[in-house]
Amino acid sequence: MTEVRALNVDDTLSDDIVVDDNRVVMDVEDVSVYYGDFRAVRDVHMPVREHEITAMIGPSGCGKSTMLRSLNRMNDLIEGARVEGRITYQGIDLYGPKVDPVEVRRRIGMVFQKPNPFPKSIEENITFGPRIAGVPKSEFPELVERSLRSAAIWDEVKDRLKDSALGLSGGQQQRLCIARAIATTPDVLLMDEPCSALDPIATGRIEDLMQQLKDDYTIVIVTHNMQQAARVSDRCAFFTTEIDATNDRRTGQLVEYDRTDKIFSNPADERTENYVTGRFG
Amino acid sequence: MAAPVMPADPDLLAGNPKRRQKESIVKTVFAGAATTSLVISILIVGSLLWKAQSFVGDLISPPADALAETRDGMISLSNLWTEQWAPRFMQFDIKTLLVASVIVTVVAMAVAGPVGLGAAVYLSEYASPRVRRILKPILEVLAGIPSVVLGFFALRWIGPNIVQNLFDSAGNQSLLAAGLGVGLLTIPLVASISEDAMRSVPNALREASAGLGARKFTTSTRVVLPAAVSGLVAAFIVATSRAIGETMVVFLAAGGSGNSAQFTVNPLERGATMTAAMASQASGTDGTIVETAFNSLFFVGAVLFVITLTLNVIADRFVRRVRQQY
Repeated sequence: MTEVRALNVDDTLSDDIVVDDNRVVMDVEDVSVYYGDFRAVRDVHMPVREHEITAMIGPSGCGKSTMLRSLNRMNDLIEGARVEGRITYQGIDLYGPKVDPVEVRRRIGMVFQKPNPFPKSIEENITFGPRIAGVPKSEFPELVERSLRSAAIWDEVKDRLKDSALGLSGGQQQRLCIARAIATTPDVLLMDEPCSALDPIATGRIEDLMQQLKDDYTIVIVTHNMQQAARVSDRCAFFTTEIDATNDRRTGQLVEYDRTDKIFSNPADERTENYVTGRFG
Repeated sequence: MAAPVMPADPDLLAGNPKRRQKESIVKTVFAGAATTSLVISILIVGSLLWKAQSFVGDLISPPADALAETRDGMISLSNLWTEQWAPRFMQFDIKTLLVASVIVTVVAMAVAGPVGLGAAVYLSEYASPRVRRILKPILEVLAGIPSVVLGFFALRWIGPNIVQNLFDSAGNQSLLAAGLGVGLLTIPLVASISEDAMRSVPNALREASAGLGARKFTTSTRVVLPAAVSGLVAAFIVATSRAIGETMVVFLAAGGSGNSAQFTVNPLERGATMTAAMASQASGTDGTIVETAFNSLFFVGAVLFVITLTLNVIADRFVRRVRQQY
């Protein structure tokens, strides 16, 4: 790795090459998402790089969650939702005719805003995904431990794997949901405001966890919390809303997408600056 | 210290006394309405139990007119356990009616359970809002078909075209035909309660499942159905209790005479269920005059009441559990 890096520097190309070292695993090109006639978000360009945490921030209704849910075709579950433009994973168009959304979601997992464990045992929550993917039962015990360890919740639940997941605290439930998502061995983890229902201590735990998970996964997170985006993310996309003159409805749009330190210290767009300095939103 | 407040006019907050009086009258009227239905229910149950116990009393110490109807001049509690239901001859074999009722109910639930559940899964998980808007009212229309109509349908169509087609030995009236008819009648009930139970499962669980790469079928069977299981059990129990209590369809299509029904466990034979026996006896087609024979229908009614009450109480428990969960 170091040799590659050195080579790039020797090439005397711009510094960005070194920073952009990581491969683009998902690419969002020119994407607009509609619900029926309503355009929720428009013209998004946003490459997602491997082993990075990409954060999406912005005021309510700016389309960041909509955008996130388009990345693993969760929007398919909503009647009338439609994506224009191109979203690729490993270079494959996610909305191409040969693509099975179920396969997409196995590779691009999701953690939701509100912890949503199944009303089953902790163990069954973890094995749900592997079971339907056809993983042999003999691998379950090891897989359960590995997933729960990765989500930093093993020590808290190892003695009560057969207990209902609903008996856990909110923060534990959310880590269980992360463990559940990890258990299907996805490439990319999408997190939709994963800490918004949690207290600061639980939030801190999840943030630490995300830093650990980064080594194995690519993470895209939507957050309301700017400090959180600044703390955890490598890259940051700022969305905002604007009134659509044609129908007087709000449409979200991407204002700026850059490295997180740049977004927070020296944003290119005035709207970004106003938002991150707290003058707006 | 602040200065003491001057007391205001004592009537300042008194309001309009007439209005308050009216309010209390309204309250009394509504309370009366509520009490009436309660009192009537208690009276019905009371008279049912009273007559039932007087029937049992007759068996223990039989009156002369009842004894005159028997062949051997003997009546005892063992008359409740013979080989036939023939109140005219003081043969009150309750198991004849009970088994017929059970056969009809089992057949009905074998139809209504899977079909109703399937319809519920479709409506709740697969149907688009538009399709649901069309289908649900249709289902409810099916629930509104008078049972006498379904009874005729079972008698004239299901009996000859389905049962007799499949089984040569069956007559045009049979417990099976009646069971199928009752099943049709119960489908909407199962579908409607099951659908409510499934729709009350939070969407977050469906999303969690889809997010893990589950197909709709997997989500329905492994997440939604288990989460709704209490409601589904309740639907099944309520429908069972409805099927046991159904009268018109079995009266017309099962073909058993309420005056002399032979004990049978064969669904292809005719049979009299508890409800059909009661209906035929109450309509008095054979001019039953002996009080004891007539009172037997209260006894059957009491047995039926205990069964359906038990089922409803169990179902209620399950429904409550479903509400607690989320």
